[in-house]
Amino acid sequence: MTGMLDLPFLLDVMGRLLAVLPMTLALFILSISLGAVLALTLTWMRVSGIGILDRVARAYVFVFRGSPLLVQMFLIYYGLGQFPAVRHSVAWPVLREPFACAVISLGLCTAAYSAEIFRGALLAVGDREVEAARACGMSGFLLFRRIIFPIALRAALPAYSTEMILMVKSTSLASILTVSEMTGVAQKLIAQTYRTMEIFLCAALIYLAINFVVARLVGLLEYRLSRHSRRAPVLAQVLHE
Amino acid sequence: MMIARALASALLSATLIAGAAVSAEAKDWKSVTVVTEGAYEPWNLTNSDGTVGGFEPELLKDLCGRMKIECKVVTSDFDSAIPSLVAGKYDVIMDALSITDDRKKVIAFTDPYAATPAVFVADKTGPLAKAPGTDTTIKLDTDARTPTMDDLRKAFKGKTIGIQSATVYSTFVTNNFKDVATIREYKTSPEHDLDLAAGRIDLAFDDATYFTAAFAKAENKDLGYTGPQIGGLVWGPGEAFGIRQGDADLVAMFNKAIAEAKQDGTIQKLSMKWFKLNVVP
Amino acid sequence: MTWLTLFGFGEKGWGGLLVIGLLVTVAVTGCALLIGAVFGALAAWAKLSPKIWARVAGDLYTTVFRGVPELLIIFLFYFGGSSALSSLGHLFGREGFIGVPTFLAGALAVGVISGAYQAEVFRAAFRAVNRGEIEAARAVGMPLLLRFRRIIVPQVLRFAIPGLGNVWQLSLKDSALVSVTGLAELMRTAQMGAGSTREYFGFYIAAAALYLVLTALSNRVVDLAEARVGRSFRRRLA
Repeated sequence: MTGMLDLPFLLDVMGRLLAVLPMTLALFILSISLGAVLALTLTWMRVSGIGILDRVARAYVFVFRGSPLLVQMFLIYYGLGQFPAVRHSVAWPVLREPFACAVISLGLCTAAYSAEIFRGALLAVGDREVEAARACGMSGFLLFRRIIFPIALRAALPAYSTEMILMVKSTSLASILTVSEMTGVAQKLIAQTYRTMEIFLCAALIYLAINFVVARLVGLLEYRLSRHSRRAPVLAQVLHE
Repeated sequence: MMIARALASALLSATLIAGAAVSAEAKDWKSVTVVTEGAYEPWNLTNSDGTVGGFEPELLKDLCGRMKIECKVVTSDFDSAIPSLVAGKYDVIMDALSITDDRKKVIAFTDPYAATPAVFVADKTGPLAKAPGTDTTIKLDTDARTPTMDDLRKAFKGKTIGIQSATVYSTFVTNNFKDVATIREYKTSPEHDLDLAAGRIDLAFDDATYFTAAFAKAENKDLGYTGPQIGGLVWGPGEAFGIRQGDADLVAMFNKAIAEAKQDGTIQKLSMKWFKLNVVP
Repeated sequence: MTWLTLFGFGEKGWGGLLVIGLLVTVAVTGCALLIGAVFGALAAWAKLSPKIWARVAGDLYTTVFRGVPELLIIFLFYFGGSSALSSLGHLFGREGFIGVPTFLAGALAVGVISGAYQAEVFRAAFRAVNRGEIEAARAVGMPLLLRFRRIIVPQVLRFAIPGLGNVWQLSLKDSALVSVTGLAELMRTAQMGAGSTREYFGFYIAAAALYLVLTALSNRVVDLAEARVGRSFRRRLA
């Protein structure tokens, strides 16, 4: 708290934080990909019509959405490592690594949220479109690829972009597993200098920038997919005639 | 990036206000608010009825009696303790706070009431159980390499060492072992114990008072000290109360009371009770 | 010590403190949701407005408060709020430090974040309202406010409830971060228990279980609310 804007200090902090940006991005990209694959599986289980699969997927979503990610990470990393059976299993070379555990716990958690988003999007596909396609003789995979998937994707994108932004921010928890990512480094710098707000501000700007890019990219995709239904802001016509 | 810039200036002005708002004024101290973590057994802990106990709260009670002031103890997270003290939320920090040069730039310290040694811990049955110097005590005044450290460096070559991040110990271990061993930094001490038990790391380095209590737990029965107990000025003068830099009168009051408690054996008595170890500086 | 005595309600048990922590968590999240509803509705209105400055302001609010890590916003309200109050106090001749109560700072911070998410929920719900129905209402001569109250609000609410359920879940977990300010909510109580008794897994599992109980209860509430506001729309499901 010098009372003055200390530009050299802020630049130094920025430099140190940007040095670990690749780690934050790697955590995000790997976990969101893992999460998407898992989420598609879970969505399929939910709509499969097979009772037991539906039940399992429901339970999964309940547990991973219902408890804090911090606790999940702690239990997956420190908890699993306490069982000799886990330590002697083939999975140990992977589970031994903090980075791998961070990606797995982030991926498991985002899968639960994404599965709900995907399911909601699937329900948004109108019966009329599906019936029309069937009437034209489409079925099976072709029906899914040409009709259901594009419509569902468009419906899922707004909520999914929110989920992606949440994941960017969630990577900050990986520092409790000794992974050196941006928030962890920021906290270390704070412990050395006690300039809490300035350092957190630098970190915030970087997260904001990443999220801005993520949101714009998804927004662009959404815009491209909704060419047929563009319209002026609705409230304009409804409230302000 | 317009958004980012607008946010930046808004946040900065908030910080500037924060800096300006704290005014140092001479006070007639009748009561002080003391913040502690209440989650760092045996230094300070929370009982199941919500009250605070441990070495430091008992010491504080004694000191406040000597100073004839009222001490209100509140608990908060360690991460926000120093910024909160500076902002004026509390008057005193009591949380096994080591005196360091970095911290001295931001807050003032009383005289230390404890100075604790630190030690390596490894699997009792493993190859690192009896590192050079086990069961001895050495005093170091600086990070400078000594023959003992050279022996340890040889013994720990290629191993992974766990330490608690942002402590005097993490600086020491980094300076001495960074080029021969892998170092992993943990947010809290118990986490390196868990990873030691899981075999993800080979050694952990931390405060002796921390390990004494950790060894009492059944799940840590395989862990034991290895290498010498390291004490001395390398860890700085010791653990002390943290007080705002403007409040020199409060520091003086505490120093007088600490000196008396040291003199009449109160600190040693409490130290033996809670640490089973004499940590009087 | 067995888990039963450790987490029970006896003299040595942490059950009582954990339940109090649970209630504090519910209280913080509940207040945050209400604060967020006000901010969220305003921001949604701004984002749908034809005025460019309103849309920019709305976008700025939702981008910043969704894009910045929650912890920073909590710190900002906790420290920034107190210093703003203190300097205000100086203006009126009050010396010294005025602190924002941790509960208030926490509820405000989580609330403002929650508002950014609620804005998106309200906006999407508004867009889902069938425009034909609004036009029909206009055609029969309903004035603006009545149209808003009778046609728009009930339908927006109906579409918004699942989304609001999600925001509640998010805020519930954001409230765990308020523990850094020392507010003894569920997470901080569990951490204190863990650090004081060194039963780390026990307390983390207990915290997870209690959060799951909260989730199960809130899912029930959301289902009930959905059924209630969906009463007049059931024919579509038949």
